[in-house]
Amino acid sequence: MGVVKGDQMILNIGPQHPSTHGVLRLEVMTDGEIVSQIRPHIGYLHRCFEKHSENVTYEQVIPFTDRCDYLASMNSNFGYVVAMEELMEIKVPERVDYIRVVMGELNRIASHLLALGVYGLDIGAFTPFLYMLRDRERILDMFEYTCGARLLYNYMWVGGVSHDLPKDFEKICIDFLDYFEPQIKEYNNLLSFNKIFVERTADVGVIPADVAVSYGVTGPNLRASGVKWDVRKDEPYSVYDKFEFDVPTGTGKFGTLGDCYDRYWVRMLEIKESIRILRQALGSIPSGDVHQSIPKKIRPPKGSIYRRTESPRGDLGYYIVSDGTPVPFRVKMRSPAFTALSCLDEVSRGWMISDVIAILGSLDIVLGEIDR
Amino acid sequence: MTLVEIKSAINSQFPGVIIDNEELGDHQLELNGDKWLDIATFMKEDPILSFDQLECITGYDGGEEAALQTRYNFHSMEHRHKIEIIISHDREEPRVASIEKLWRIGDWFERETYDMFGIIYEGHRDLRRILCPDDWEGWPLRKNYKGQELYHGIVVPKIKEEDGWE
Amino acid sequence: MGVLENKFQDNVIVASMDKLLGWARSTSPWYFQFGLACCAIEMMSSAASRHDLERIGMMPRSSPRQADVMIVAGTVTMKMALRVKKLYEQMAEPKYVISMGSCATSGGPYWQHGYHVLKGVDLVVPVDVYVPGCPPRPEALIEGLLKLQEKIQTERPLTRKTV
Repeated sequence: MGVVKGDQMILNIGPQHPSTHGVLRLEVMTDGEIVSQIRPHIGYLHRCFEKHSENVTYEQVIPFTDRCDYLASMNSNFGYVVAMEELMEIKVPERVDYIRVVMGELNRIASHLLALGVYGLDIGAFTPFLYMLRDRERILDMFEYTCGARLLYNYMWVGGVSHDLPKDFEKICIDFLDYFEPQIKEYNNLLSFNKIFVERTADVGVIPADVAVSYGVTGPNLRASGVKWDVRKDEPYSVYDKFEFDVPTGTGKFGTLGDCYDRYWVRMLEIKESIRILRQALGSIPSGDVHQSIPKKIRPPKGSIYRRTESPRGDLGYYIVSDGTPVPFRVKMRSPAFTALSCLDEVSRGWMISDVIAILGSLDIVLGEIDR
Repeated sequence: MTLVEIKSAINSQFPGVIIDNEELGDHQLELNGDKWLDIATFMKEDPILSFDQLECITGYDGGEEAALQTRYNFHSMEHRHKIEIIISHDREEPRVASIEKLWRIGDWFERETYDMFGIIYEGHRDLRRILCPDDWEGWPLRKNYKGQELYHGIVVPKIKEEDGWE
Repeated sequence: MGVLENKFQDNVIVASMDKLLGWARSTSPWYFQFGLACCAIEMMSSAASRHDLERIGMMPRSSPRQADVMIVAGTVTMKMALRVKKLYEQMAEPKYVISMGSCATSGGPYWQHGYHVLKGVDLVVPVDVYVPGCPPRPEALIEGLLKLQEKIQTERPLTRKTV
């Protein structure tokens, strides 16, 4: 779309706004409705995670990682403990690996459900939000049954997990999957193939593949632009190499490759792939003791490591520097939503303001992770 | 490609730039920061190296005696190899060339490192604070950071009662 | 009340003006969606299908001019503190504030080394009800809202204030 340079106006969206997914301020330079430049201002939720992690012990960092990406806290914990176990060269029992994969994939489904529900709410559809949150509550019930918490779990510890699976967990989970799989058809009828939704999201906000790689976009946003990159397949960790699953990429289903609809559709397909992984994992969890490899005192050798894992938003990376004491020297979290938000300016030039809201919703950002 | 091959590729183009350091791991390389923009351009455009993804930029403060460093993590989507580059800065005037024109994500990563450590990236189009407010004082993640007492009249540290907990 | 008791038929109720106004004002407070961090997700969950907030009369409003209650859900940082004060001043009287979660009450887990965290939103706005938890369950938030309703009912809006 062309950019008309008439008299420009600066419109301020946020920091308190129902559609900005948290406290984000967008300074939008528009000519009427058409946007010519956006400057995002972040930092309204900067909670000093990296300073805290230099003053508490390695185990005490884990609850802080929960609160950074609060929609997928199992995956945030997972990334940290995988990096720590590689630094300390700890081998965990197989049961722990399988439990971690089950929890990680359940949290991926819960996070995608919330992301898609809220995206529908941004576009204007209220019903899918209520339906998806209803199903998400059932997943949170399972988490509460296991470790007592609904949203922020502190579940994965270095060398193991905090609680073993309770009685009949596998059966409860499989019952949930049997109930949930037909619901996806209902969501597709309500939202995915809805003409209004398709009109508002197809062909809008295309991110070409080279722009995406240069801006460091990863995860479903990058896969929607056609690049087949998934850390679970390309740099596998835990027991992901034992499961069979596909990596869905965008195909330009209703519009151009890499538009908002593709980013939505890739997340929908990823929910199906997670269900596949869960069915394989739940059928074959080995027995064992989940606490046997947890070290009494965590004192990693001197050195540093950078390890990334796949969170529902993309490549979550942890850069940990240790100096031999029980307190970390430096912990840096490379958050996928930070890089996704940085490309908002270039992608939304020439679109209208309501399209900017659609593009922002399709990137699925969480401000806690961006600001840390 | 292994570290040795990447090292020799960089060394053949820019001799004398690599600083030997035994304490580094097997994916880390320490460089002299003077010609950093040319080296980075070579690393991105050379077909054998082809580092097209800048994963992360980390600032690092080793303490009073040690250096202030910037650590870059690169990855190549085509060849699937990775490398970490470490550049040390002078503590009084930490400066290095900015690579944000090559990898567009460098823009925000360098602003964040400037905000937290005070390292200045020359050639950056708009280097200002990104996480802390614009009128914040000090570089928070440095080891000798002392927080400010008041911000616009609001007390910053926690007010504790006289007796009770320490 | 005693003289008029049992003098009328069953479809007539006598009450004091204060009690009537208290009942009317407290049972339909519209809340201002001020979700900042993780507690915002629990606030959204309590407004969704399972724990429904609309059945106790609370409707979410996005603009402070249309709201009665401001639920500060999540950590308030220094950068955001000035905006919280501005939004509070934009609300119309009578207005109430619920501080949800331990971050809004006193800084939460970030109280010790958080140089950028405001240690409690009551340093910038006056708070009526504190709901502890990290994050508080939706049931805890609903209990906090019911306590706020009790507090509103004890107010006497018709008494002339001498200050």
